[in-house]
Amino acid sequence: MISEMAKLDPYIVRADFPILQIQNRGKPLIYLDTSASAQKPHQVIDAIQHYYTHQHANIHRGVYELSEQATQVFEGVRHQVKSFINAQHAEEIIFVRGTTEAINLVAHSYGRSRFQPGDEIVVSVMEHHSNIVPWQMVGEVTGAVLRVIPMADTGELDLDAYRQLLTARTKLIAVTHISNVLGTINPIKEITALAHAQQIPVLVDGAQAAPFFPVDVQALDCDFYAFSSHKMYGPTGVGVLYGKKALLETMPPYQGGGDMIETVSFAKTTYAKLPNKFEAGTPNIAAVVGLGAAIRYLQILGMENIASHEQELLHYATEQLQAIAGLRIFGTAKHKAGVIAFVVDDIHPHDIATVLDHAGIAVRAGHHCAMPLMERLHVPATVRVSLGLYNTREEIDQLMVGLQQVKRLFG
Amino acid sequence: MSELRELYQEMILDHGRHPRNFGVLPHANYHKEGFNPLCGDKISLYLCEKAGVVEDVGFDGCGCAISMASASLMTEAIKGKTTQEAARLFTDFHVLVTGLPVEDMTRLGKLVVFSGVAAYPVRVKCAILAWHVLQALLKNDAATVSTE
Repeated sequence: MISEMAKLDPYIVRADFPILQIQNRGKPLIYLDTSASAQKPHQVIDAIQHYYTHQHANIHRGVYELSEQATQVFEGVRHQVKSFINAQHAEEIIFVRGTTEAINLVAHSYGRSRFQPGDEIVVSVMEHHSNIVPWQMVGEVTGAVLRVIPMADTGELDLDAYRQLLTARTKLIAVTHISNVLGTINPIKEITALAHAQQIPVLVDGAQAAPFFPVDVQALDCDFYAFSSHKMYGPTGVGVLYGKKALLETMPPYQGGGDMIETVSFAKTTYAKLPNKFEAGTPNIAAVVGLGAAIRYLQILGMENIASHEQELLHYATEQLQAIAGLRIFGTAKHKAGVIAFVVDDIHPHDIATVLDHAGIAVRAGHHCAMPLMERLHVPATVRVSLGLYNTREEIDQLMVGLQQVKRLFG
Repeated sequence: MSELRELYQEMILDHGRHPRNFGVLPHANYHKEGFNPLCGDKISLYLCEKAGVVEDVGFDGCGCAISMASASLMTEAIKGKTTQEAARLFTDFHVLVTGLPVEDMTRLGKLVVFSGVAAYPVRVKCAILAWHVLQALLKNDAATVSTE
């Protein structure tokens, strides 16, 4: 087990990740796709195994000791998440399947009950499909339409244009904290302040931000914050919707079923209080336990340390990549996380990814679930390198060797 | 690198860089588009068919080396063939890139350079895209072709 450290040493933390010992196409795995999904430390894997071996029963139901314990463990993670993102109340933490479901929950519950024909939902040009499509779907039902915040070529949002978009018709802002393609860290505080000046609520897609740096939802003052466990070194299948209590209380339930009711009769059902109102059915208890272990792990390393390690590596990788002739990086924002999207000459990103795959290097190639952004960048696809807390300079050096091979083969 | 060469054979690299029969055929009597939503490959196929024979064929679009080379070599392979022969070639090619035993390799000719694709399940879609467009065109299927 790692102990508290002042500076993150990736060579020490790597030992916590069993999968980093395996091979990819017969070469040591170099995993540069953490933005798609982070690998899991054994602390998370062990916690899930321990839960199923010693603690499992359904929660919020049994009067027996085992069920009480399972409930306690589950609710304990809710409190962990609350302090991890500095929410005011534990009941503001809703467990869902992931960022996608969190956004869909708000779109269905908040959007469907409030949006009117002609209302506007403001998103940004750099959104992931999961922060575009749910709003389009709710728009089809309610008549609300999307408005899009443009960006500069650096990958920074045009805040003047954003100001212009805010009108009496604007009913919600939905923006990403960190772009999964450009790495841009958006000025959420400013975005929120401008929206709140006109009483417009703000939803933030925090999928890339939660594993990257400390998130303080009260300081950001956002109304909703959505993120996924699997991108923050926890298990797949669970995520979090944070919502301000006053707002969540006014919203109708998202799904009906067990756990979300107070009383049920065929004449009338009354709903449970927060957070249960939004958690119908048996949740992914083991994954929630795993998320708790992931948060503990991140807190021991220290989110500040993780951020500075990835910043340092980002600068190193950017410098190295820029030295390759014909390589073009998309996203050069001043405030940027460990994500680098690029193309090399006119070599297709899929061909680049296949050659790198042969060198043991896992990168993403494609549109990264951001087709409108690809259109804005005038490319059909890019290669994307994304960094995690376990990545090292040597791995970046190996990436350079791989890219030289790409140039030799396709040059 | 040698394993990579199995996939990226010289002929594939050459046709990827310099695709043959590239461009719109103004006199085409068939035109069909296809795309691979996973990676954004796009292909438009143009075909002049007369009395059951592919008299001329061309394509344009963008994509990876595999998809461009596959489209290029496909146009070479089907030009002058009957539509029935072209349809049979589709079946042979599909068998080849999915790694199944091919009945008669000689029918495939140059197309055997794509045999390495079978080891890369994700890239099969790149190799097969142009062929799916051709098949839909021959069947006169109205919908745009998608590999998903």
